[in-house]
Amino acid sequence: MADKEVRLFGMWASPFTKRVEWALKLKGIEYEYVNESIPFSKSEELLRLNPVTKKIPVLVHNGKPLAESLVIIEYIDETWKEGYSIMPKDPYDLAQARFWAKFADDKGTMSLLHVFSKEGEVQQKAVEEAREVFKTLEQALEGKKFFGGDCINYLDLAIGWYAFWLPIIEETVNVSMVDDANAPLLKAWFGRFLEVDVIKSILPPRDKTSEMSKIRRNQLLSNMP
Amino acid sequence: MEEAKGEEVTLFGFWSSPFVHRVIWALNIKKIKYKYVEEDLSNKSALLLEHNPVYKKVPVLVYNGIAIAESLIILEFIEETWKENSIMPQDPYEKAVARFWATAAGDGLWQFFITEGKEREEALTSVINNFELLEKELIGKNFFGGDRIGYLDISVGWISYGVPIFEEITEFKIITEQKFPLLHAWMEAFSNSEFVKDTLPLREKLSERYRKVWEAIMQKKN
Repeated sequence: MADKEVRLFGMWASPFTKRVEWALKLKGIEYEYVNESIPFSKSEELLRLNPVTKKIPVLVHNGKPLAESLVIIEYIDETWKEGYSIMPKDPYDLAQARFWAKFADDKGTMSLLHVFSKEGEVQQKAVEEAREVFKTLEQALEGKKFFGGDCINYLDLAIGWYAFWLPIIEETVNVSMVDDANAPLLKAWFGRFLEVDVIKSILPPRDKTSEMSKIRRNQLLSNMP
Repeated sequence: MEEAKGEEVTLFGFWSSPFVHRVIWALNIKKIKYKYVEEDLSNKSALLLEHNPVYKKVPVLVYNGIAIAESLIILEFIEETWKENSIMPQDPYEKAVARFWATAAGDGLWQFFITEGKEREEALTSVINNFELLEKELIGKNFFGGDRIGYLDISVGWISYGVPIFEEITEFKIITEQKFPLLHAWMEAFSNSEFVKDTLPLREKLSERYRKVWEAIMQKKN
Protein backbone atom coordinates (compact mmCIF):
# COMPACT_ATOMS: atom_id res chain seq x y z
CA MET A 1 0.00 0.00 0.00
CA ALA A 2 1.34 3.37 -0.95
CA ASP A 3 -0.52 5.24 1.81
CA LYS A 4 1.72 6.03 4.69
CA GLU A 5 0.57 9.47 5.49
CA VAL A 6 -1.32 11.73 3.15
CA ARG A 7 -2.14 15.29 4.09
CA LEU A 8 -3.84 17.90 1.97
CA PHE A 9 -3.55 21.61 2.67
CA GLY A 10 -6.46 23.44 1.12
CA MET A 11 -9.26 25.92 1.47
CA TRP A 12 -12.94 24.94 1.53
CA ALA A 13 -13.96 27.24 -1.33
CA SER A 14 -10.92 26.61 -3.53
CA PRO A 15 -11.71 24.86 -6.82
CA PHE A 16 -8.15 23.65 -7.23
CA THR A 17 -8.23 22.03 -3.80
CA LYS A 18 -11.45 20.30 -4.82
CA ARG A 19 -9.75 18.84 -7.88
CA VAL A 20 -7.22 17.07 -5.71
CA GLU A 21 -9.87 15.90 -3.24
CA TRP A 22 -11.86 14.39 -6.09
CA ALA A 23 -8.77 12.51 -7.28
CA LEU A 24 -8.01 11.24 -3.78
CA LYS A 25 -11.61 10.12 -3.35
CA LEU A 26 -11.66 8.33 -6.71
CA LYS A 27 -8.63 6.34 -5.63
CA GLY A 28 -10.07 5.67 -2.19
CA ILE A 29 -7.09 7.30 -0.48
CA GLU A 30 -7.45 8.33 3.15
CA TYR A 31 -6.05 11.73 3.92
CA GLU A 32 -5.87 14.38 6.58
CA TYR A 33 -7.34 17.69 5.43
CA VAL A 34 -5.78 20.88 6.76
CA ASN A 35 -7.86 24.00 6.14
CA GLU A 36 -6.02 27.23 5.49
CA SER A 37 -7.79 30.50 6.27
CA ILE A 38 -7.03 32.01 2.90
CA PRO A 39 -7.17 34.87 2.06
CA PHE A 40 -6.84 36.00 5.67
CA SER A 41 -3.74 34.06 6.69
CA LYS A 42 -1.43 31.27 5.69
CA SER A 43 0.05 28.89 8.22
CA GLU A 44 3.80 28.72 8.85
CA GLU A 45 3.65 25.12 7.80
CA LEU A 46 2.12 25.91 4.41
CA LEU A 47 4.77 28.56 3.72
CA ARG A 48 7.46 26.06 4.66
CA LEU A 49 5.97 23.32 2.48
CA ASN A 50 5.42 25.56 -0.53
CA PRO A 51 7.96 28.37 -0.33
CA VAL A 52 7.76 28.86 -4.11
CA THR A 53 4.20 29.90 -4.86
CA LYS A 54 2.93 29.82 -1.25
CA LYS A 55 -0.41 28.56 -2.55
CA ILE A 56 -2.83 25.76 -1.82
CA PRO A 57 -3.44 22.99 -2.58
CA VAL A 58 -0.35 21.27 -1.26
CA LEU A 59 -0.27 17.50 -0.97
CA VAL A 60 2.15 16.01 1.52
CA HIS A 61 2.87 12.32 1.09
CA ASN A 62 5.26 10.67 3.56
CA GLY A 63 6.47 14.12 4.52
CA LYS A 64 7.22 15.19 0.95
CA PRO A 65 5.27 18.20 -0.34
CA LEU A 66 3.86 18.81 -3.81
CA ALA A 67 2.12 21.85 -5.22
CA GLU A 68 0.07 22.60 -8.38
CA SER A 69 -3.19 20.68 -8.51
CA LEU A 70 -2.74 19.16 -11.98
CA VAL A 71 0.79 18.00 -11.13
CA ILE A 72 -0.60 16.51 -7.92
CA ILE A 73 -3.32 14.62 -9.78
CA GLU A 74 -0.79 13.01 -12.12
CA TYR A 75 1.33 12.09 -9.10
CA ILE A 76 -1.66 10.50 -7.38
CA ASP A 77 -2.44 8.36 -10.42
CA GLU A 78 1.17 7.22 -10.80
CA THR A 79 1.72 6.48 -7.13
CA TRP A 80 -1.51 4.65 -6.38
CA LYS A 81 -1.54 2.42 -9.41
CA GLU A 82 -4.44 0.23 -8.29
CA GLY A 83 -7.97 1.44 -8.32
CA TYR A 84 -9.47 4.09 -10.55
CA SER A 85 -7.49 5.01 -13.65
CA ILE A 86 -7.32 8.81 -13.88
CA MET A 87 -4.81 9.54 -16.65
CA PRO A 88 -5.34 8.35 -20.22
CA LYS A 89 -2.92 5.63 -21.27
CA ASP A 90 -2.17 6.42 -24.91
CA PRO A 91 0.52 9.14 -25.37
CA TYR A 92 -1.60 11.11 -27.83
CA ASP A 93 -4.71 10.96 -25.60
CA LEU A 94 -2.52 12.06 -22.71
CA ALA A 95 -1.17 14.97 -24.72
CA GLN A 96 -4.67 16.02 -25.70
CA ALA A 97 -5.97 15.81 -22.13
CA ARG A 98 -3.04 17.86 -20.81
CA PHE A 99 -3.49 20.37 -23.63
CA TRP A 100 -7.16 20.99 -22.90
CA ALA A 101 -6.59 21.14 -19.15
CA LYS A 102 -3.92 23.78 -19.67
CA PHE A 103 -6.11 25.69 -22.12
CA ALA A 104 -9.00 25.71 -19.66
CA ASP A 105 -6.72 26.90 -16.86
CA ASP A 106 -4.81 29.53 -18.85
CA LYS A 107 -7.55 31.04 -20.99
CA GLY A 108 -10.57 30.27 -18.87
CA THR A 109 -9.24 31.56 -15.58
CA MET A 110 -7.90 34.72 -17.15
CA SER A 111 -11.23 35.63 -18.72
CA LEU A 112 -13.13 34.75 -15.56
CA LEU A 113 -10.90 37.00 -13.51
CA HIS A 114 -11.89 39.98 -15.62
CA VAL A 115 -15.54 38.98 -15.72
CA PHE A 116 -15.56 38.78 -11.96
CA SER A 117 -13.48 41.83 -11.09
CA LYS A 118 -14.44 44.36 -13.73
CA GLU A 119 -17.46 46.22 -15.01
CA GLY A 120 -18.78 47.80 -18.17
CA GLU A 121 -17.01 47.35 -21.48
CA VAL A 122 -13.96 45.56 -20.07
CA GLN A 123 -16.22 43.05 -18.41
CA GLN A 124 -18.36 42.63 -21.50
CA LYS A 125 -15.30 41.86 -23.60
CA ALA A 126 -14.16 39.32 -21.01
CA VAL A 127 -17.59 37.67 -21.06
CA GLU A 128 -17.34 37.28 -24.84
CA GLU A 129 -13.86 35.82 -24.52
CA ALA A 130 -15.04 33.40 -21.82
CA ARG A 131 -17.94 32.28 -24.00
CA GLU A 132 -15.46 31.53 -26.80
CA VAL A 133 -13.22 29.56 -24.44
CA PHE A 134 -16.08 27.37 -23.29
CA LYS A 135 -17.32 26.90 -26.82
CA THR A 136 -13.82 25.76 -27.81
CA LEU A 137 -13.67 23.34 -24.89
CA GLU A 138 -16.66 21.51 -26.31
CA GLN A 139 -14.34 20.15 -29.01
CA ALA A 140 -12.64 17.98 -26.43
CA LEU A 141 -15.97 16.45 -25.45
CA GLU A 142 -16.51 15.06 -28.97
CA GLY A 143 -20.09 14.12 -28.15
CA LYS A 144 -19.03 11.76 -25.37
CA LYS A 145 -20.69 11.42 -22.00
CA PHE A 146 -17.58 12.66 -20.21
CA PHE A 147 -14.18 13.91 -21.41
CA GLY A 148 -12.93 10.50 -20.32
CA GLY A 149 -15.60 8.66 -22.31
CA ASP A 150 -18.07 6.61 -20.29
CA CYS A 151 -16.33 7.48 -17.02
CA ILE A 152 -14.68 10.64 -15.79
CA ASN A 153 -10.92 11.04 -16.13
CA TYR A 154 -8.18 13.64 -15.57
CA LEU A 155 -9.72 16.11 -17.97
CA ASP A 156 -13.13 15.93 -16.31
CA LEU A 157 -11.42 16.58 -12.97
CA ALA A 158 -9.41 19.45 -14.45
CA ILE A 159 -12.40 21.23 -16.00
CA GLY A 160 -15.05 20.01 -13.56
CA TRP A 161 -14.74 22.90 -11.14
CA TYR A 162 -16.48 25.09 -13.71
CA ALA A 163 -19.59 22.92 -13.37
CA PHE A 164 -20.05 24.09 -9.79
CA TRP A 165 -18.38 27.49 -9.69
CA LEU A 166 -19.36 28.95 -13.04
CA PRO A 167 -23.11 29.14 -12.32
CA ILE A 168 -22.29 30.87 -9.03
CA ILE A 169 -20.10 33.43 -10.79
CA GLU A 170 -22.77 33.91 -13.45
CA GLU A 171 -25.37 34.60 -10.75
CA THR A 172 -23.11 36.95 -8.82
CA VAL A 173 -22.20 39.02 -11.85
CA ASN A 174 -25.43 38.52 -13.79
CA VAL A 175 -23.93 37.28 -17.03
CA SER A 176 -24.12 34.04 -18.95
CA MET A 177 -20.98 32.23 -20.05
CA VAL A 178 -22.17 28.71 -20.71
CA ASP A 179 -25.65 28.30 -22.14
CA ASP A 180 -27.56 26.54 -24.86
CA ALA A 181 -26.53 29.17 -27.37
CA ASN A 182 -22.73 28.85 -27.14
CA ALA A 183 -22.00 25.54 -25.40
CA PRO A 184 -24.99 23.22 -24.99
CA LEU A 185 -22.83 20.08 -24.85
CA LEU A 186 -20.66 21.51 -22.10
CA LYS A 187 -23.74 22.63 -20.22
CA ALA A 188 -25.12 19.11 -20.35
CA TRP A 189 -21.77 17.76 -19.20
CA PHE A 190 -21.86 20.14 -16.21
CA GLY A 191 -25.03 18.40 -15.05
CA ARG A 192 -23.69 14.88 -15.56
CA PHE A 193 -20.37 15.67 -13.86
CA LEU A 194 -22.05 17.00 -10.72
CA GLU A 195 -24.14 13.86 -10.52
CA VAL A 196 -21.13 11.54 -10.31
CA ASP A 197 -21.14 10.10 -6.77
CA VAL A 198 -17.57 10.94 -5.83
CA ILE A 199 -17.92 14.47 -7.16
CA LYS A 200 -21.29 15.09 -5.54
CA SER A 201 -20.07 13.85 -2.18
CA ILE A 202 -17.47 16.56 -1.68
CA LEU A 203 -18.84 19.80 -3.07
CA PRO A 204 -18.66 22.92 -0.93
CA PRO A 205 -21.95 24.27 0.41
CA ARG A 206 -23.57 26.24 -2.39
CA ASP A 207 -25.10 29.01 -0.31
CA LYS A 208 -21.87 29.66 1.57
CA THR A 209 -19.90 29.72 -1.68
CA SER A 210 -22.47 31.99 -3.28
CA GLU A 211 -22.32 34.36 -0.34
CA MET A 212 -18.53 34.45 -0.43
CA SER A 213 -18.67 35.14 -4.15
CA LYS A 214 -20.88 38.18 -3.63
CA ILE A 215 -18.67 39.54 -0.85
CA ARG A 216 -15.57 39.05 -3.00
CA ARG A 217 -17.19 40.77 -5.98
CA ASN A 218 -18.10 43.81 -3.90
CA GLN A 219 -14.60 43.97 -2.47
CA LEU A 220 -13.05 43.91 -5.92
CA LEU A 221 -15.40 46.58 -7.24
CA SER A 222 -14.89 48.91 -4.30
CA ASN A 223 -11.13 48.75 -4.86
CA MET A 224 -11.55 50.26 -8.29
CA PRO A 225 -10.30 53.83 -8.75
CA MET B 1 19.49 8.56 -35.64
CA GLU B 2 16.32 6.76 -34.74
CA GLU B 3 13.61 6.76 -37.35
CA ALA B 4 11.37 3.75 -37.65
CA LYS B 5 9.95 3.02 -41.06
CA GLY B 6 6.91 5.10 -41.81
CA GLU B 7 7.52 7.56 -39.02
CA GLU B 8 7.59 11.19 -39.86
CA VAL B 9 8.38 13.91 -37.38
CA THR B 10 8.06 17.58 -38.24
CA LEU B 11 8.72 20.50 -35.93
CA PHE B 12 7.23 23.90 -36.70
CA GLY B 13 9.29 26.54 -34.98
CA PHE B 14 10.77 30.02 -34.83
CA TRP B 15 14.49 30.59 -34.47
CA SER B 16 14.45 32.61 -31.27
CA SER B 17 11.63 30.90 -29.39
CA PRO B 18 12.77 29.34 -26.10
CA PHE B 19 9.75 27.04 -26.28
CA VAL B 20 10.91 25.70 -29.63
CA HIS B 21 14.44 25.25 -28.27
CA ARG B 22 13.06 22.96 -25.57
CA VAL B 23 11.65 20.62 -28.20
CA ILE B 24 14.82 20.69 -30.29
CA TRP B 25 16.89 19.70 -27.25
CA ALA B 26 14.54 16.84 -26.41
CA LEU B 27 14.55 15.54 -30.00
CA ASN B 28 18.35 15.67 -29.97
CA ILE B 29 18.69 13.77 -26.70
CA LYS B 30 16.24 11.17 -27.87
CA LYS B 31 18.14 10.97 -31.17
CA ILE B 32 14.97 11.48 -33.17
CA LYS B 33 15.30 12.48 -36.79
CA TYR B 34 12.97 15.32 -37.73
CA LYS B 35 12.17 17.88 -40.34
CA TYR B 36 12.29 21.50 -39.18
CA VAL B 37 9.99 24.16 -40.61
CA GLU B 38 10.83 27.78 -39.76
CA GLU B 39 7.72 29.90 -39.46
CA ASP B 40 7.40 33.57 -40.21
CA LEU B 41 5.36 34.61 -37.19
CA SER B 42 4.13 37.74 -38.93
CA ASN B 43 2.77 35.56 -41.71
CA LYS B 44 1.92 32.16 -40.30
CA SER B 45 1.63 29.25 -42.68
CA ALA B 46 -1.69 27.59 -43.42
CA LEU B 47 -0.22 24.32 -42.14
CA LEU B 48 0.65 25.83 -38.77
CA LEU B 49 -2.83 27.27 -38.39
CA GLU B 50 -4.29 23.91 -39.33
CA HIS B 51 -2.13 22.04 -36.82
CA ASN B 52 -2.60 24.49 -33.96
CA PRO B 53 -5.92 26.24 -34.49
CA VAL B 54 -6.39 26.96 -30.77
CA TYR B 55 -3.23 28.96 -30.07
CA LYS B 56 -1.77 29.40 -33.58
CA LYS B 57 1.70 29.28 -32.04
CA VAL B 58 5.00 27.45 -32.31
CA PRO B 59 6.27 24.93 -31.39
CA VAL B 60 4.04 22.31 -32.93
CA LEU B 61 5.23 18.76 -33.33
CA VAL B 62 3.58 16.72 -36.04
CA TYR B 63 4.06 12.97 -35.78
CA ASN B 64 2.59 10.71 -38.42
CA GLY B 65 0.10 13.41 -39.29
CA ILE B 66 -1.09 14.19 -35.77
CA ALA B 67 -0.21 17.50 -34.14
CA ILE B 68 0.87 18.22 -30.57
CA ALA B 69 1.17 21.78 -29.26
CA GLU B 70 2.57 23.37 -26.07
CA SER B 71 6.26 22.71 -25.47
CA LEU B 72 6.09 20.92 -22.12
CA ILE B 73 3.27 18.73 -23.37
CA ILE B 74 5.37 17.93 -26.44
CA LEU B 75 8.27 16.92 -24.17
CA GLU B 76 6.07 14.45 -22.31
CA PHE B 77 4.72 13.08 -25.59
CA ILE B 78 8.24 12.59 -26.93
CA GLU B 79 9.27 10.78 -23.73
CA GLU B 80 6.29 8.46 -23.87
CA THR B 81 6.46 7.70 -27.57
CA TRP B 82 10.19 7.06 -27.93
CA LYS B 83 11.21 4.83 -25.05
CA GLU B 84 15.01 5.04 -25.32
CA ASN B 85 17.20 7.77 -23.84
CA SER B 86 14.71 8.61 -21.13
CA ILE B 87 14.47 12.25 -20.02
CA MET B 88 11.93 11.92 -17.20
CA PRO B 89 12.82 10.87 -13.65
CA GLN B 90 11.56 7.37 -12.89
CA ASP B 91 10.40 8.11 -9.38
CA PRO B 92 6.87 9.61 -9.34
CA TYR B 93 7.76 12.20 -6.68
CA GLU B 94 10.85 13.40 -8.53
CA LYS B 95 8.83 13.49 -11.72
CA ALA B 96 6.19 15.64 -10.02
CA VAL B 97 8.81 18.00 -8.62
CA ALA B 98 10.34 18.34 -12.09
CA ARG B 99 6.93 19.11 -13.59
CA PHE B 100 6.31 21.70 -10.89
CA TRP B 101 9.61 23.47 -11.51
CA ALA B 102 9.28 23.31 -15.28
CA THR B 103 6.60 26.00 -15.08
CA ALA B 104 7.52 27.70 -11.79
CA ALA B 105 11.23 28.26 -12.43
CA GLY B 106 10.66 31.11 -14.84
CA ASP B 107 8.21 32.98 -12.63
CA GLY B 108 9.09 36.61 -12.31
CA LEU B 109 11.92 36.59 -14.85
CA TRP B 110 9.98 38.22 -17.65
CA GLN B 111 8.50 40.71 -15.18
CA PHE B 112 12.00 41.52 -13.96
CA PHE B 113 13.05 42.13 -17.55
CA ILE B 114 10.24 44.44 -18.61
CA THR B 115 9.48 46.43 -15.49
CA GLU B 116 11.19 49.13 -13.49
CA GLY B 117 11.26 50.48 -9.97
CA LYS B 118 9.11 48.81 -7.33
CA GLU B 119 7.54 46.33 -9.77
CA ARG B 120 10.98 45.17 -10.79
CA GLU B 121 12.10 44.85 -7.17
CA GLU B 122 9.15 42.60 -6.42
CA ALA B 123 9.83 40.46 -9.47
CA LEU B 124 13.49 40.21 -8.50
CA THR B 125 12.62 39.00 -5.01
CA SER B 126 10.52 36.25 -6.57
CA VAL B 127 13.28 35.32 -9.01
CA ILE B 128 15.96 35.16 -6.33
CA ASN B 129 13.67 33.09 -4.09
CA ASN B 130 13.20 30.59 -6.91
CA PHE B 131 16.87 30.50 -7.86
CA GLU B 132 17.85 29.81 -4.25
CA LEU B 133 15.53 26.82 -4.21
CA LEU B 134 16.72 25.64 -7.62
CA GLU B 135 20.30 25.90 -6.39
CA LYS B 136 19.38 23.40 -3.67
CA GLU B 137 17.95 21.03 -6.28
CA LEU B 138 21.41 20.87 -7.88
CA ILE B 139 23.29 19.75 -4.77
CA GLY B 140 25.30 16.65 -5.57
CA LYS B 141 24.26 16.74 -9.23
CA ASN B 142 25.67 18.01 -12.49
CA PHE B 143 22.24 18.51 -13.97
CA PHE B 144 18.71 18.62 -12.57
CA GLY B 145 18.34 15.20 -14.19
CA GLY B 146 21.40 13.86 -12.32
CA ASP B 147 24.35 12.80 -14.43
CA ARG B 148 22.57 13.47 -17.66
CA ILE B 149 20.34 16.22 -18.98
CA GLY B 150 16.69 15.53 -18.26
CA TYR B 151 13.23 17.04 -18.61
CA LEU B 152 13.80 19.78 -16.06
CA ASP B 153 17.14 20.81 -17.56
CA ILE B 154 15.43 21.04 -20.95
CA SER B 155 12.46 22.93 -19.52
CA VAL B 156 14.55 25.58 -17.78
CA GLY B 157 17.42 25.42 -20.26
CA TRP B 158 16.46 28.76 -21.77
CA ILE B 159 17.71 30.33 -18.53
CA SER B 160 21.24 29.42 -19.63
CA TYR B 161 21.11 32.02 -22.40
CA GLY B 162 18.09 34.07 -21.36
CA VAL B 163 19.32 35.24 -17.99
CA PRO B 164 22.72 36.46 -19.27
CA ILE B 165 20.91 38.36 -22.03
CA PHE B 166 18.45 39.91 -19.56
CA GLU B 167 21.35 40.81 -17.29
CA GLU B 168 23.20 42.44 -20.15
CA ILE B 169 20.25 44.53 -21.27
CA THR B 170 19.05 45.59 -17.81
CA GLU B 171 22.63 45.95 -16.59
CA PHE B 172 21.80 43.95 -13.49
CA LYS B 173 23.49 40.70 -12.53
CA ILE B 174 21.39 37.98 -10.92
CA ILE B 175 23.29 34.72 -11.30
CA THR B 176 26.85 35.23 -10.12
CA GLU B 177 29.28 32.44 -9.38
CA GLN B 178 29.40 33.71 -5.82
CA LYS B 179 25.70 33.79 -5.10
CA PHE B 180 24.65 30.77 -7.13
CA PRO B 181 27.70 28.57 -7.70
CA LEU B 182 25.76 25.46 -8.71
CA LEU B 183 23.33 27.26 -11.00
CA HIS B 184 26.22 29.12 -12.56
CA ALA B 185 28.07 25.85 -13.21
CA TRP B 186 24.89 24.26 -14.53
CA MET B 187 24.41 27.07 -17.05
CA GLU B 188 27.85 26.41 -18.47
CA ALA B 189 27.54 22.65 -18.47
CA PHE B 190 24.15 22.85 -20.14
CA SER B 191 25.24 25.31 -22.83
CA ASN B 192 28.30 23.21 -23.63
CA SER B 193 26.44 19.93 -23.77
CA GLU B 194 26.59 18.12 -27.11
CA PHE B 195 22.80 18.27 -27.37
CA VAL B 196 22.63 22.02 -26.92
CA LYS B 197 25.85 23.46 -28.25
CA ASP B 198 25.06 23.83 -31.93
CA THR B 199 21.33 24.33 -31.60
CA LEU B 200 21.20 27.96 -30.64
CA PRO B 201 21.33 30.95 -32.93
CA LEU B 202 24.29 33.28 -32.57
CA ARG B 203 24.25 34.88 -29.15
CA GLU B 204 24.47 38.32 -30.70
CA LYS B 205 21.45 37.69 -32.87
CA LEU B 206 19.39 36.49 -29.89
CA SER B 207 20.57 39.38 -27.76
CA GLU B 208 19.62 41.85 -30.45
CA ARG B 209 16.14 40.43 -30.72
CA TYR B 210 15.51 40.63 -26.98
CA ARG B 211 16.88 44.16 -26.91
CA LYS B 212 14.48 45.23 -29.65
CA VAL B 213 11.56 43.72 -27.74
CA TRP B 214 12.72 45.40 -24.52
CA GLU B 215 13.15 48.79 -26.14
CA ALA B 216 9.70 48.59 -27.68
CA ILE B 217 8.14 47.76 -24.32
CA MET B 218 10.10 50.46 -22.49
CA GLN B 219 9.12 53.01 -25.10
CA LYS B 220 5.45 52.22 -24.68
CA LYS B 221 5.72 52.88 -20.97
CA ASN B 222 7.37 56.29 -21.38
